[in-house]
Amino acid sequence: MRHSGMRFPGMRPIVRTLLVAAAFALATAQAQVAITYWQYDFATRIDAMNQLIEQFNAENPDVVVTQETFPYDAYQQRVAASLAAGEGPDVVQLFYGWVGPWQRAGYIEPLPKEHFADEWIQDYFIPMVESVNIGGDYYGLPTAVRALALFYNKDQFREVGLDPDSPPTTWDEFIEAAKMLTTQRGPRFERIGFGIAPNGQDHHLVRTVLMNQLGTPPYSDDNTEVLYGNEIGAEALAFYTSWQTEHEIGVAEFMPGNNGYREGFYTQENISMIIDGSFAIGAVRTNAQFDWGVAELPTFDNGVKANFGSFWMNGLTPNATADPAKLEAASRFIKFVTSEEAMQIWLDVVGELPAAKTMVADPELTADPVYGAFIAGLAYAEATQFVDEAGQRDAMVNAINRVLLEGVDPMTSILQAAAEDQALLDAANTQ
Amino acid sequence: MTTRTTRERKGLRLAQREAIWAYVFLAVPLAFFATIRFWPALQSFRLSLFTWHVDPARRQFIGFDYYQELLRNPVFHQALKNTLLYAAIVVPGSMLLGLLIALLLQNVGRGRSLYRAIYFAPYITPAVAVAWVWGWMYNYNFGIINTLLIEWWSFLERIGLERFAVEPQRFLTDPDKALYSVAAVIVWQQLGFQVVIFLAGLQGIPRVFYEAARIDGANAWHLFRHVTLPLLNPVIVFSVIITTIASLQLFDQIVNINFTDQGGPLNRTLSIAVYMYQEAFGRARMGYAAAVTVVLFLLILIVTLVQLRLTQRRVEY
Repeated sequence: MRHSGMRFPGMRPIVRTLLVAAAFALATAQAQVAITYWQYDFATRIDAMNQLIEQFNAENPDVVVTQETFPYDAYQQRVAASLAAGEGPDVVQLFYGWVGPWQRAGYIEPLPKEHFADEWIQDYFIPMVESVNIGGDYYGLPTAVRALALFYNKDQFREVGLDPDSPPTTWDEFIEAAKMLTTQRGPRFERIGFGIAPNGQDHHLVRTVLMNQLGTPPYSDDNTEVLYGNEIGAEALAFYTSWQTEHEIGVAEFMPGNNGYREGFYTQENISMIIDGSFAIGAVRTNAQFDWGVAELPTFDNGVKANFGSFWMNGLTPNATADPAKLEAASRFIKFVTSEEAMQIWLDVVGELPAAKTMVADPELTADPVYGAFIAGLAYAEATQFVDEAGQRDAMVNAINRVLLEGVDPMTSILQAAAEDQALLDAANTQ
Repeated sequence: MTTRTTRERKGLRLAQREAIWAYVFLAVPLAFFATIRFWPALQSFRLSLFTWHVDPARRQFIGFDYYQELLRNPVFHQALKNTLLYAAIVVPGSMLLGLLIALLLQNVGRGRSLYRAIYFAPYITPAVAVAWVWGWMYNYNFGIINTLLIEWWSFLERIGLERFAVEPQRFLTDPDKALYSVAAVIVWQQLGFQVVIFLAGLQGIPRVFYEAARIDGANAWHLFRHVTLPLLNPVIVFSVIITTIASLQLFDQIVNINFTDQGGPLNRTLSIAVYMYQEAFGRARMGYAAAVTVVLFLLILIVTLVQLRLTQRRVEY
């Protein structure tokens, strides 16, 4: 039969229905925006994010988010290589300290103000978030934040006659306790009181905690000037290095491997105390076969408290900002993963502290025997604004190592670090 | 006359035809090679002249600024010095030891294959695994090397000979010792490769030369210097070039032997390759890292050309 016009009315009803259904499915599928989320490989974080993604996808049928993860050591390479090829993530998780280099290299774009108003950010998140404000634009928002605290082995405290429920509150008490806990075997240590780790959190300890406690912030408010190239900086460095050189309560690279100081604490039990971030809580919980406790960081006799806060944040890549539909969907997703419900899930699954002002003030959290010390520290913690975390870290680690390994005097060493650090600030600020 | 010309033209066409087929077959891998190797290398050169940004439109041309920065940068100087030192230790170290062991193994009848396998085993072990294990062995507090040194020390104490004792060493944390400790690991790994190729080279020397030399009254040393060494020259040339290129590009062992402080205490084990990697991915400075790569490329090129020049003259067959 030859029909020149429409044959549609002549079709069987079942075929018509199927065609309509197919067209509908096709239409909805095409209207769905696909968002790719990247973070580094860590079991609990992947777990938490999967839960969040499932919930988000269900509540937002027009968006489908998928997560991809990579090992921590290869993470930055992957991001760099894929974004340069025009592929990779739309929403990416990054360490806040990387914001400078990533912003300069174009890996992340400013958060659009129509979805993320400055006032909302400043009202909702704790002040730490200002450290990723570059030129008036925020480059990412955190689900969770961390602070430092003193982890200590209560069993070993009991063993040497220290009260496990009264951890040291001053640096003098800390040194005394560490001395009692340190045991030697011939010319080597068998157990050290404190896990010295310049490449771990100790460079933050020197730069942000000790310097502030002794009277100087490390950098000026506008982040253009290094403020520790003086006696105070030297005092902070001298104090920290005296733990190894004078008091002999520990030694760098005691345990080999990747950040061996953690393993020494919770598996090998040959390190009695470490200073680490709240991100270590999960690992300690899982691995420690002994009674352990957490305490706020000790202070000097002047009672000045200081702490280093940090966070991983969710940012937008050029892949997201190139397409308005993606941008809207990605912004919605970031809003979702930084909501209070998401922060609660993250706290329960990953164990990291919430980034919202309202949640940090939760009395239940403050009273918690483990989280309490971190929450207390968070109240006065500073998230040092880095322009180049890797470079600035190297400057401080080298300053520490010059004193520990080459016997350079702390003043000379800190002045060199200050000069190198200043050069980094200058280079970043002139771009 | 016309007949001769026709015959000549016919001959040329045949040879040419064969040559054309050769070129056709070679062109395929050449095209592949050019795309995979040369094109990215040229792009690297290009990248080193611009500031880095994922969006090509936002890269700024800065000419040779990064090269000038390199020349002034003390960390790069340290990396360069370290890299040359690695090559200076690993190349002669592994080759001399390898040659020595190969010469000894030549005299071993039965079990030669077993010895060869034992010496070769480190070479086929993944560099990462080797570095991690050696990192543990070198550790001051828990490493087996220091434990043995202490056992040796207590033993000597008991028999009153402490002055021969060796103190436990900070192999990887002492800035003056770290590089040599890492170089020792690499020599140990490269040894197997040298042993195998020198053995193969030695076996390729015809017996007649030795017999003829002995008849002329040569002793073992003369045999080695005037027969073995010259006839081993192709192997030596090959080994020197390959080992030099490998040691100028060292990365795996350095990064893994001291994982928390890659590049060693105070950058004293840092190699150019590791430095480039840290700059490219730790600090997102691809342009600068590309400049470092170009300098490394030139360094390897110059060293290889010099070596070829120096060794080509003495190749004998």
